[in-house]
This record gives sequence, C-alpha cells and structure tokens, in this order.
Amino acid sequence: MTAALAKSTAHSIVEASPRAKAVAGGLVILYAVITILPLLWIVATAFKSQSDAIAYPPKLIFEPTLEGYVNLFTVRTRQTPDFIAKLPPPQTWYDKLVRQHDMVIAGPSKVVPRFVNSLIIGFGSTFLAVFLGTLAAYAFSRFRIPLADDLLFFILSTRMMPPVAVAIPIYLMYRQLNLTDTRLGMILLYTAVNVSLAVWLLKGFIDEIPREYEEAALVDGYTRLQALRKVVLPQAVTGIAATAIFCLIFSWNEYAFAVLLTSGEAQTMPPFIPFIIGEGGQDWPAVAAATTLFVVPIVLFTVLLRKHLLRGITFGAVRK
Amino acid sequence: MADVILRNISKRFGTVEAVRELSLTVNDGEFLVLLGPSGAGKTTTLRLITGLESPDAGSVMINGRDVTRDPAGSRDIAFVFQQYSLYPHLTVYDNLAFPLRSPARRVPEPMIRERVERTAELLHIASKLGNLATRLSGGEMQRVAIGRALVRDPSIYLMDEPLSSLDAKLRAELRLELKRIQLELGATILYVTHDQVEAMTMASRIGVIREGQLLQLGTPREIYESPSDSYVASRLGTPQINFLPARLLPEESVPPGTETVGIRTEHLQLAARNGGRMIGRVHRVEHLGEQNHVHLDYRGQTLVTLADPHRPLHAGQEVDLHLVHPLCFDRAGQRIPTFVH
Repeated sequence: MTAALAKSTAHSIVEASPRAKAVAGGLVILYAVITILPLLWIVATAFKSQSDAIAYPPKLIFEPTLEGYVNLFTVRTRQTPDFIAKLPPPQTWYDKLVRQHDMVIAGPSKVVPRFVNSLIIGFGSTFLAVFLGTLAAYAFSRFRIPLADDLLFFILSTRMMPPVAVAIPIYLMYRQLNLTDTRLGMILLYTAVNVSLAVWLLKGFIDEIPREYEEAALVDGYTRLQALRKVVLPQAVTGIAATAIFCLIFSWNEYAFAVLLTSGEAQTMPPFIPFIIGEGGQDWPAVAAATTLFVVPIVLFTVLLRKHLLRGITFGAVRK
Repeated sequence: MADVILRNISKRFGTVEAVRELSLTVNDGEFLVLLGPSGAGKTTTLRLITGLESPDAGSVMINGRDVTRDPAGSRDIAFVFQQYSLYPHLTVYDNLAFPLRSPARRVPEPMIRERVERTAELLHIASKLGNLATRLSGGEMQRVAIGRALVRDPSIYLMDEPLSSLDAKLRAELRLELKRIQLELGATILYVTHDQVEAMTMASRIGVIREGQLLQLGTPREIYESPSDSYVASRLGTPQINFLPARLLPEESVPPGTETVGIRTEHLQLAARNGGRMIGRVHRVEHLGEQNHVHLDYRGQTLVTLADPHRPLHAGQEVDLHLVHPLCFDRAGQRIPTFVH
C-alpha cells in the first residue's frame, strides 16, 4: 500500500510523469492532425471526380478516379459526340477516360516542363546558396574581418524588406540583363535571397566547431581549404543539411518573384498551378493533383536529410 | 630531430602582452617543460613556434633555419593540443593516419599502415584501431592524441597540457609512458604545463614562465634547489614554500639585505622545547597517511611543513624551530645567494 502510494507520488527530475507524457503526446497528435489534415484532403481531392470535389456536404467516401491526374498532364479539346463516334476506338485508358466527357486529348500539358523548372531552379539555387554560404560563414567564423559585424548585419538586411519593395527594380534590372524568364535569372535571384539565411545559420554551426581541429590539420601540412573539406565540413553536415532544407523550401515555394519574372520558359510550379483552374472550368482535382506532386520533392528531401538533422553536431567527441 | 631556437620573441593581443622578449633554446633530444600558471603565455609560445600565430617581433629557428614567416604546415612540427584533438567523424586508425595522409607529405598507404600500427603498439591502443574516436575512454583518447603526433617524425613535438583533462591516476600513468617513449625515440619535446609534478618528473630542463617572460631555465634540481626568485620558488614543492618576513627571525640567521625568507619543509626542523630562539605553536595537524601536514603559528605567521606521522604532535603544543639553509630573497624578490656553512 505504502509502496504504491510512494510510486504514485514520486517525482523524478529527469522523467516526466505519465500524465505529463499523455498530455504532451496528445498535443503532438493534435498538432499533427491540424497540419496533416489539409494535406490529406488535397491528396484525396486529386482522386475525386469534378462533381465529387465540389459536392456539399463534402464526400468522405467516393469512387476514386484518375481524371484529375489525366487532366493535369494533358491538354484537351471539346468535340461533338458525332465526331467522337467517328474516331477510331481509344488506344489507351486515359483516352477512354477523356472521351467519356466528350473531349479528346490534343497533347501534353506544360506541367512536366514547369516541374522540371522548379527542380532545376530550386535545387540549383539551394546548392549555390549553401556553397557560397558555407565559405562565407567559415570566413566570418574564423578570420579577423574588418567590420565583420556590420557586414553580417548588411547581409541580413537584404531579408528585411518584402519582395514587392524590390520587385520593380529587379524587374527592370533583369530586363536590361536579359535575365527575365530564364532559369539562370531565377537561380541567381533565389541564391541571393537564400545566401543571407545560409550565412547566418551556418556561421552558428561553424562557430561551434573548435578551431583546434583545423589548426591540427594545418600543422600537419594541410592547406586551409583541405582542412575545411576534410575536417570542418564533415562536422558541419548537420548544419549544412538544415540550411539546405530551409533554402530549398523557400525557393521551391516562392511565388511573388516567380509570377513577376517568369511567364513561359522558366515558369516554376507556384505560378503555374493557378492556371490549371482556368483550363476547362474549375478543375479542382487537377489542381489537387498538381499540389500533391509539388509537395513530394520537399518531403523526400527532408526525409533523406532527416538522419543528419537529428544527429548532434560533434556527438560527444568533445571533452570539456 | 633538431633543435629549436626562439630569439626575443614577442606577441601582443590588443592590450595584453602574451609573450615578452622570450628567448629559449630547445636542444636536440631534450624534454623541455615550460611551467607556469594559465595565462602566462605558454600556449601562445607554442602557437608562435608552430606558425598558428605570427610574432610581433623576434624570430623562430628550427634546425638552423629561420621559419618565422613560414606557414604552419611547412615547419615540420607535431602538435598535441590540450583538447579537441581527435576528429569525431574518423576511426582511431584514420585519426592516426590523418597527419601522414597530408597532401604535403604523400606517404604511401602501406607505409602509413606500418607506422600507424607501430604507434598504436607503442601507446597500447592497437586493439582500438577500428573504433570511432568517440567510443574511447578519456585516457585512450589522449593516447590517440599523442599518437597523432608520434606517427610522424618531426623536428620537434610540441605538447600543450596533454594530460590536464585526465584524472590523477591516468595522468600519473601517462606521465611515465610519455617519458619512456621520449627516451625510446630520442625525441625533442617542448611540453607546456601548470603541473609541477609533470615538470619535475619528465623534464630534462624546466623553464618557469610568468606574464609572458621566462624567469628561469634549468634542470628540475636547479630550479628546485636554487630558484632565482621568490616566484620560481613558490612554483615548486609540496606543501608550498612558506615565506616569512626576515624581521621576524633572529638577526644572525640570515644574510644582510634579506627581506623575505623562503622556508620549504626540508629547511625546517621541529624539536621539543629546549630553549631555542624560534618558538612555534602547533595550530593543526593533518594526517595524510604516510605523513602529516603540520600547521604552525610563528609570531602571527602560518608555516606548513611535513612531519613524521608517528611523532606525537598535537594542537596547542609549543616546539622549537630550527632553520636549515633557507632561501633568502631581497626586497625585489631576487634570491640572495647564501653559502653553505
């Protein structure tokens, strides 16, 4: 009896009580539901027919169809039933699906090139921002740079104004340089925006790595760059991975500059997705399909780098 | 192996003068220990020799060559850092091989293997070669850190308090091993510490350093028996040397000009009261097992000395004190040579 009492009232500093654990767990689950529910809704909508997608009250149980995806990847034209009857029988399952709605496929849509643009611009600018950011952060962390604090503030200040404030100057500048609607232009722009974030984040991580590590390498005959590559970078992997994820999320999702500066060749997914609505009525399943595909790379990238995010920086090698 | 010469080397950081006009010669095959408190400029001196810092004045010669302006990597030095010396992302083997794989050296891989294995053997860590550096105990980590220097065959080994983060038992063990290895290899070592036991037990010569200046350089025996000033005297000896104002002593017992008298435990003899001119009162007796620390009160000053544990001393007891060749210092703290009678 007393033992049970003691157990129920015992408090441990390191371990939370079962009730606190339950409350914390409940909160985490609630938060997960709130954030994941819209995503699940979009994934489900992509498999609905157009009428199911706008049905009210919303349908939780529905007959799944690939119409949304077919509409996303194709451009279709409406034809009379007579014309369709005269055509040879449909070759593929998606031909068949489209003809049920009195339409024929006229060709592929632009979603694939737009998606490729997003990949090239997103990953390209992320790579550049992290590469330049690492070098700059290392320099700020290790060398005595005149006016280092002012320079760091100046770098950060580039993020202080909203994109609209600089949109027109950038637009005019890009027109002069023939960079409007080019992938290179978008990569450079996103790199410029992300570098400030990368420098600040990475400087924090590199500051944590004791400089004795590189100094040991320098005394052993390595050059500064070799020491950076062999000693500093392997220990900064965690920081680099976190920074890369932040940079990729920004450039992947960026909308304002993309609308302003791209219209065709270099258009990315965010400005492209709204256009899908306009093609042949309010095609919500196609929009949902596009959104689903749009989320996949970010999720994959984060899952791939998760290991590094969770690992401590020097994981116990430091004797303090 | 080779000798290293520092000539009037100085370094200041902002307003702090870390090293002041320091001159020092480390002879070939010598184990030289720089002894001083933290902030005395010991580490800065080592960093100036490696080239991680460049001096404001003075020069560094290694093996007769002026290397003052050479980059760190070309000076042929191996450095053992106080901490952070192992790369956490590498195995023990790769940590040991790291200095040999330097692009400046281009040692072929079979030779690297041979030298890493020989070094691991020497340091008794051969069974740990496959472990990650982080999976070692503190003592093993420090062996690997020392091994990272020993795999190379440099002009000189510089060691910056390599044992300071270990517990007393391991420190004693590695102290002996380091000395054994140094003798075995005939290595030239410049070793920095604030620990007088390390200095006394390992050094061929000790340099006592304070506020960036070298106060005295000599064999452990010289430094202990004839310190040049009161500071050097206070760095060595346990319990610490007692200082008494000379005016409290009978006049004829010290040479003229003496301001302070330094009394180590071997300079002080206790006897039962028998009409002696110096009378002390036992204040406290600490039993340490193999010996006793006796705290004495002498004319308002406290003296700490060692005594035989079997000797019946107790608090409040009065004893005669006899001084045997104590160290005498003048007003400036400089030692006044006394002649042995």
